[in-house]
Amino acid sequence: MAGSTATAVLDRNGLDALVKELTAQGRTVVGPTVRDGAVVLAELASADRLPWGWGTRVEAGRYRLVPREDGAVFAHTAGPQSWKAFLHPQREQLWSADRGSDGSLSIVEERADPASYAFLGVRPCDLRAIAVQDRVLTGGRFQDSGYAARRTGAFLIAAECTEPGATCFCVSMGSGPAADTGFDLALTEVVDDAGHRFFARAGSTAGAEVLSGLPHRPPDPGTEAAAHDAVEAARDRMGRAMPPVSLRDLMGESLEASRWDDVAARCLTCGNCTMVCPTCFCTTTEDVTDLTGDHAERWQRWDSCFDLDFSHLHGGPVRATPRSRYRQWLTHKLSTWYEQFGSSGCVGCGRCITWCPVGIDITEEAAALHDELAARLRQEEENDEGGGDDRKEPER
Amino acid sequence: MTDVPLPYRVIRVNRETADTVTLVLAPTGPATLAPFAPGQFAMVYAFGVGEIPVSVSRIDRHALRHTIRSVGAVSAALCALRPGSRVGLRGPFGTGWELDRAAGQDLLVVAGGIGLAPLRPLVLDALAARHRYGQLNLLVGARSPGDLLYAQQLRFWTAHRGLRHCAVTVDRSADGWWGHVGLVTTLLNHAEFAPDSTTAYLCGPEVMIRATARDLVHRGLPAQRIRVSLERNMRCATGHCGHCQLGGVLLCRDGPVIGWDRADPLLSVREL
Amino acid sequence: MTSTTTLAAALPAEHRARLMRQAREVSFPAGTRLFEEGRRADRFWIVRTGTVVLDVHVPGRRAPVVESLGHGELVGWSWHFTPYVWQLGAEATSPVQAWEFDAAEVRALCAADAEFGRAVATWVGRVVAHRLHATRIRLLDLYAPYGSGS
Repeated sequence: MAGSTATAVLDRNGLDALVKELTAQGRTVVGPTVRDGAVVLAELASADRLPWGWGTRVEAGRYRLVPREDGAVFAHTAGPQSWKAFLHPQREQLWSADRGSDGSLSIVEERADPASYAFLGVRPCDLRAIAVQDRVLTGGRFQDSGYAARRTGAFLIAAECTEPGATCFCVSMGSGPAADTGFDLALTEVVDDAGHRFFARAGSTAGAEVLSGLPHRPPDPGTEAAAHDAVEAARDRMGRAMPPVSLRDLMGESLEASRWDDVAARCLTCGNCTMVCPTCFCTTTEDVTDLTGDHAERWQRWDSCFDLDFSHLHGGPVRATPRSRYRQWLTHKLSTWYEQFGSSGCVGCGRCITWCPVGIDITEEAAALHDELAARLRQEEENDEGGGDDRKEPER
Repeated sequence: MTDVPLPYRVIRVNRETADTVTLVLAPTGPATLAPFAPGQFAMVYAFGVGEIPVSVSRIDRHALRHTIRSVGAVSAALCALRPGSRVGLRGPFGTGWELDRAAGQDLLVVAGGIGLAPLRPLVLDALAARHRYGQLNLLVGARSPGDLLYAQQLRFWTAHRGLRHCAVTVDRSADGWWGHVGLVTTLLNHAEFAPDSTTAYLCGPEVMIRATARDLVHRGLPAQRIRVSLERNMRCATGHCGHCQLGGVLLCRDGPVIGWDRADPLLSVREL
Repeated sequence: MTSTTTLAAALPAEHRARLMRQAREVSFPAGTRLFEEGRRADRFWIVRTGTVVLDVHVPGRRAPVVESLGHGELVGWSWHFTPYVWQLGAEATSPVQAWEFDAAEVRALCAADAEFGRAVATWVGRVVAHRLHATRIRLLDLYAPYGSGS
């Protein structure tokens, strides 16, 4: 990487310059910004729009912005959106069809020219989520060409996590709080007596080139150590954790668990969790025609497995009950995803907990399923042993 | 072409029953879909209405056939097409029956209702290579004599193509009916096959598949040599939309044809 | 299911042999009426070859067939239950070879030997249960457009 920089220290001016440079490259820079009482993802005209001095306080079913005196910019937890809103948009035209006067049919692909995105402030959990969606949408025999085009050109700037929230559990899922791979640049925010600054690492040649063009200082051991310590400290401050077992096996063993009835009694099947989840990828199609009846379009839009129509099969839905629809979501996310796409579908971002209107907590549900399974296995073991004792009794 | 449908022309419409037709389709230009294998399916697009998955019901060099029953908006639109009409086709998608894997074995083909359509290209391939297989048994269940698909063809296969064991049963009889009356599983008693060297191919309503597969297992067929074709909601057919999940199986990608060893535990869980 | 209701599978060998000692070989040309609805159920058959159909008398039309029976299957069970009256009609639709049994003789054997009686009752009960199950599935009308009626 001659003429490029692998690590550096940036200040706020460096971040300003970063946004300017990426914009100058013709990229659409997207990052967190404060709007409507939340940190949302939006196109950034400048680094000034970032949520400087805002933190978040979250709990199951609760999300609040809180001002921070230290002016930190990456001290917020996951907001209601994820990067899939840009890479795998909520609604997208696939193709259009026209019928000629002679009855002929012509069908042409209608993909919008992909924006060349730069994502600023991607959390490690969300980096993992992007990698998960990469496998789903481009890793198999067929590729989602729209996603592939947007993804291939995207420049990813990770922001390591130093302020985990109460609903975070990335450590359980092995996806944070440090960013290891899958980024062009990674930033770690440090605010201490030595000032407000960012330890920056390049993760690609393109990242190193961009970094070298920014106003920066060479890395100093103090900043690097402070950055490292802040991320390590975050590791111990996760608000939530999954039971430390194979969630894949746990779900596979729990298909008939009574816990599903319990959660189904609370779940509104609103689908919020699927909308905020950074890996949920399901879509449906819409066919629309114009008034002439000779022009038709195929659109793709997000769908949710909580929707009754999702599993519709001539006459009715296969998953008619909230119980089966919640079970589908959870077992898919934590278990059958492995069979389908070779990894877990959960990255521990905590969005589904925060944005559930009734505060259903994926970690609590997994723990309850684990307890139920453990109790069942214990009971079975006791029954077996009981049988053994019976056989021994005559000898005593 | 798997993303964008390719226009095909309807060159013939065969009316099979009161609510079912077979569309004979040929490409409108030089471009054509990749070859289909028996058991695979296409996404068939009715202009302005929508798209549905339909298994291929016969594969010729220049034409594809899809047998479609009018049960919803899209299938009704497709059933109303006339020769010269256009459809859009994407495919081929999914797994096939994989008849080759049964070389040297007895074949047991069990179809219920419209389920005979995806099995027809399999039967045609087996008839075309009779020497490669043992007994070929074709057992067909239908709602009534009038609902039986390919009735003439079944008689032709029996009379002229060496199909020795073909039995048809209906749920409801009618005057002049020449076949059996009863559940399709009762036909298994009339079939000639050696359970330890037979491969079975099942397609029909899920209840019928379950009943037949369990009966076959009871008779000593290993579950992995019972191949079943399953159905779930499908939107994309390319493994990206999530609709066709059945546990860890994505039916558009890992199915529609899967082994009973894999299907049985999944179908045993309600509303999976 | 079906495989468990044929005589060979359903009766223990000892009882099967005992029952078969009562059997007479019979054959019917196609079109023979084996029995009629409402008549006394004094015999029953096990089909060896050919097909026997069960039908229901409906005034003004040809009797609709509700089930067909072939190799190894029991024709008739009304002989086993009072008042020993046929519920349906039966007709050979092809040349049929069958084992024929005298109902009164078999009932007498069952009465004399409780163990044999239980075995026969279990076999007949299994046949009836299986036919009831199959009929219920047919009642679902599975091949209808929406799978089971809409």
